[in-house]
Amino acid sequence: MNSVLKATNINKYFYEPEKFQVLKNISFEANRGEFLALVGKSGCGKSTLLYILSTMDTTYDGLLMMNGERLTGRTQDQLAAFRNEHLGFVFQFHFLLPEFTALQNVMLPALKLGKYSSKEIEERAYQKLKLVDMQDHALKQSAKLSGGQQQRVAIARALINDPTIIMGDEPTGNLDRKNSEVVFEIFKQIAHENNQTIIAVTHDPDFAKGSDRIIEMSDGQIIS
Amino acid sequence: MNLKISFQIAKTHLLTKKRQTLIAMLGVTFGIAMFIVMISVIKGVNKFLEDSALDSSPHIRIYKEITSNHPSIIDEVNPSNFNIIYHQLPKNELINIKNGLQIAANIEKEPAILGVSPQISSQVFFNKGPVPFSGQIAGVDVLKENKLYDLKKRIKSGSLESLLSTPNGILMGKVLARNLNVKVGDKITVTTPTGNLKLVKIVGIFGFGIQTVDGVKCYANMSMVQEILQKDKSFVTDIHIKMKDSQAALTYAKVLTNQYGYKTQDWAEANSAFLAGDKIRNGMVIMVSITLLVVAGFGIYNIMNMNVINKMKDIAILKATGFAGNDIVSIFLIQSIIIGILGALLGIIIGFCLSYLLSSMPFDAGDFLDIKTFPILFEPKYYGLGMIFGITTTILAGYMPARKASKIDPVAILRG
Repeated sequence: MNSVLKATNINKYFYEPEKFQVLKNISFEANRGEFLALVGKSGCGKSTLLYILSTMDTTYDGLLMMNGERLTGRTQDQLAAFRNEHLGFVFQFHFLLPEFTALQNVMLPALKLGKYSSKEIEERAYQKLKLVDMQDHALKQSAKLSGGQQQRVAIARALINDPTIIMGDEPTGNLDRKNSEVVFEIFKQIAHENNQTIIAVTHDPDFAKGSDRIIEMSDGQIIS
Repeated sequence: MNLKISFQIAKTHLLTKKRQTLIAMLGVTFGIAMFIVMISVIKGVNKFLEDSALDSSPHIRIYKEITSNHPSIIDEVNPSNFNIIYHQLPKNELINIKNGLQIAANIEKEPAILGVSPQISSQVFFNKGPVPFSGQIAGVDVLKENKLYDLKKRIKSGSLESLLSTPNGILMGKVLARNLNVKVGDKITVTTPTGNLKLVKIVGIFGFGIQTVDGVKCYANMSMVQEILQKDKSFVTDIHIKMKDSQAALTYAKVLTNQYGYKTQDWAEANSAFLAGDKIRNGMVIMVSITLLVVAGFGIYNIMNMNVINKMKDIAILKATGFAGNDIVSIFLIQSIIIGILGALLGIIIGFCLSYLLSSMPFDAGDFLDIKTFPILFEPKYYGLGMIFGITTTILAGYMPARKASKIDPVAILRG
């Protein structure tokens, strides 16, 4: 097993309303193809950690490495380019661009990457939508899809550039049981068949139980 | 940065908010349309006034300046003394240009000269019945004068040639003729400032379309004017010159002053009131245009700002999925530019239509100016300028909201 993500001695402070240490000396590694669940009570810092790992939050102390590249200290634009190619995101609130169709939403990150022609990208986007069983809704405006459908489109979007790591911030938090199970199955499949790493913050005990490894946090520290 | 995707996203944003887009566009449209109309009208008026003033005035006029402001002999002899002189009178000077006809002939040989017309000009009174009307009579060689001012075209009744065959004939300005209630063939008495009388016959009536000319001026044969003023055959008071290039006259006038020692007046100096009016009107156009465009700019700024606030979530997602700050700036800036281009294009079209309507609107300036409709200048340059103004305004107004959008922290929004 090779490591794709390595966090060393991550410390993070909030300064509003008063100075408060959210993360205390966090160090951990994630391996290729691993399905990780990040759990803990609310306020324990797990979401904060996820956003640091996502490279969007850069105000921390410590060292973050992904795919063997040092990400700490890079500029926002460099990190954006890195995210585009190596990271996929699935959020609690599906966060699709409402004016665009499901297909366009999936295609956008790939168009930004510009590795394939737009014809190929469209083909690949259809494949990803098929993976989440949304190919029939590809041309619908995303605002007109149900919550579960939107979340599946969001997963397809996260997968479009074949990222190394997919991160989820409570990806099932806003879904009913049946849709949660669908999402969970997709995640499992991605991790084990495509060999992509998944790191998901979750409150759902069933979701956590089904993962490969659970990282439990409390008061800004990893306890297990 | 990939402009193609930015353009696609910008287009989708604009198309889903059609009404907002339209309102932002109309702001620019209105500003540019008004700019076009105003500049067309004002440039048209300027050009018309300039043309008619230039048409009826010489490029250079040479004359002798008469002034009573001479230092007295006592002042010259004892400059430091306390001299008191009562009722100093001007000395008796002739107002003629010595060798005027010879000077005119010399100037006419220059290649840059279109025509030279030496003339003898005087204030006179026209008497018809008991009331004297003041006017100005110019004794000319009418063929030379025709070369300068295209008199033939300006004759309203009678003819230019009949002046040649009628020694005591005159051509009269149409407003003056109307005031005197005379027409071609009528006879009228002319009184000179020195009190000489002469009965003259009106052989033609002309109109320049400018009240200051048509209301006072008359042309007569040079010999007749010399006769009533009791001067000799070589007595001329003015030399009028037209050059091939009106701009060259400004420098040539100075050359003539140095060469012959007489006072010269170029067309710009003679028409300085018109030209000053031009400047004031141009300044007004610029001020009003800037105001309109600033207002349109604020409109776009507001709408784009609201747009950015409404699209915070989308911006956060785009940033999370790998769009850099520049991509976000371009997405919103492209929206502003599209609004600017479409708005300015529409503005130009509306501006043209309004100018066209105005140009066919009847406009009666009375005797002051000889025009029937608004003078409008259709100059492609100003349409291009309007386009550039419109687009620049929208880029400036759209840049700040776009920058703000690129600065949005995605974490703060995605975490909720």
